[in-house]
Amino acid sequence: MKIAVCIKRVADSETRVKTGADGKSLDDAGVKFILNPYDEFAVEEALQRKEKAGAGEVVVVALGGAAAQETIRTALAMGADRGILLQVDAVPADGFVTAQAIANELKAGGPWDLVLFGKMAIDDYNSQVGPMVAELLDLPCVTAVSHLTIEGATVTADREIEGAIEVVQCPLPAVLTTDKGVNEPRYPALKGIMAAKKKPLDVKPVTLAAGAIEVLEMTPPPARKEGRIVGEGAAAVPELVRLLREEAKVL
Amino acid sequence: MTTILAVSEQRDGALRKVSSEVVTGARRIADALGAEVEALVLASGPASGADQLAGFGADRVVTLTAAAFKQYAPEGYAQAVAERAKAGAAVVVCAASAQGKDLAPRIAAKLGTGLAADVTDVMVDGGALMAIRPVYAGKALLKVKLTGKPAVLSLRPNVFTPVQRPKAGALSTVAVSVPAGRVTVKEIKAAEAGALDVAEAPIVISGGRGLKEPANFKILEDLAHAFGGRAAVGASRAVVDAGWRPHADQVGQTGKTVSPTLYLAVGISGAIQHLAGMRTSKVIVAINKDKDAPIFKVADYGVVGDLFEIVPALTAAVKSHA
Repeated sequence: MKIAVCIKRVADSETRVKTGADGKSLDDAGVKFILNPYDEFAVEEALQRKEKAGAGEVVVVALGGAAAQETIRTALAMGADRGILLQVDAVPADGFVTAQAIANELKAGGPWDLVLFGKMAIDDYNSQVGPMVAELLDLPCVTAVSHLTIEGATVTADREIEGAIEVVQCPLPAVLTTDKGVNEPRYPALKGIMAAKKKPLDVKPVTLAAGAIEVLEMTPPPARKEGRIVGEGAAAVPELVRLLREEAKVL
Repeated sequence: MTTILAVSEQRDGALRKVSSEVVTGARRIADALGAEVEALVLASGPASGADQLAGFGADRVVTLTAAAFKQYAPEGYAQAVAERAKAGAAVVVCAASAQGKDLAPRIAAKLGTGLAADVTDVMVDGGALMAIRPVYAGKALLKVKLTGKPAVLSLRPNVFTPVQRPKAGALSTVAVSVPAGRVTVKEIKAAEAGALDVAEAPIVISGGRGLKEPANFKILEDLAHAFGGRAAVGASRAVVDAGWRPHADQVGQTGKTVSPTLYLAVGISGAIQHLAGMRTSKVIVAINKDKDAPIFKVADYGVVGDLFEIVPALTAAVKSHA
């Protein structure tokens, strides 16, 4: 199986968010960057599918700055075979611009049996690059897969929808985006980390198309009105109910 | 006249509540741009609730029918909406629901443009459409300008409170010709009948480690019942990872994002991953034995103490007022 896994370097969700001097983006001084957690599921799934098939190649593709090489090395340490960095100065706000660059690379390097993404990146919450790449490659796509079986060339996937599970089928080759539940990502072993240093990593500068989403500013969310402790123990319940009813007007 | 498309959502032939939110958001944009709202319903036949959309501001309601639209058909839906948009829409508004998160990127890609996803506010200034999107686990808000022709956006559920804004809303039906598609929904395995999803319930009661063991979630379920079918029980990541509750109930960064009218965090300390999923709730109540728990920093009302005493007392109080 020839599998592409598209990953992203993102700020850890524990990070303190401060707007940079441009007023539009993250001040990344002192910020810890990690492999997007949803992409870990995608990498793990690719490795398991290749292991199951007994042969194949897992290629990791990332669009990002030079520092994203480190993120690609993490995926290589987990067991991916080689990496490609589509190097840009900054990841665009418009997911379709990212999708076009990734689709161009996948077209050139294909055909693929499977193209995997995380269902969303935990920095920009865009949840769109995977299905957009699928459109650009004219491949079937299932998003937010929480359980996956592949028999022959048929994909059967569970997706969590409101109050139910949607069971979806499509043929291979396909683009899938992974949700929590699909597998348990492995930790890179020391041996893998050492091996990753020697695995091929192509760095390709890319020029991005103009986008249709322009960031005007990044601001902290409005502070929630100072809350208050109503009281202690069950004795506070009547007052809590009164406040919810008369002040917050939610009951 | 300029058209704003509002893409509604149906399951089993009935429109879902989020459809009225999408029409409400589209109406706000249309009023600012001096435009009309065309609500789209995708179904295999007449969908119940389509006639309600006029009340929220749809100038017309067009049901696009195809045999493949009995269930959600990702490829057919995307094609049908994109073709409708190409006929001259300025803006396409979808829901950032489970279905909308799957559909909206496909529509945007077919239109060759970007998507402002999971938007919590929209505004028009000097004829330019702008939107607010939470990023970095809700720790920052991006204000973005949408320059796409058309512009495509998806609205976070439960944020755009439906507003009655009656318009003519003439109903029509157009049969569309779309292929069956390669991606097909085989089955919808529904959860317990009548159970509300945490992402949609007006009241969410979430439990964490403080519940001590899985069976104790019973007291949260009792409280949910006391609210008479308006409440769902959610869970923190810790208790989902421990196998106490299903992932479908998880609120937070690796779970669901919820914006209920009332959110009760019970025995949840309030890690940033959890706050990412619930900080846009309208009113937050925290019940925790640790008065220094971070959850009290975002809570409007806090009660410190033993949840095993407080929750049953609250259940009794809610019942007696019902």
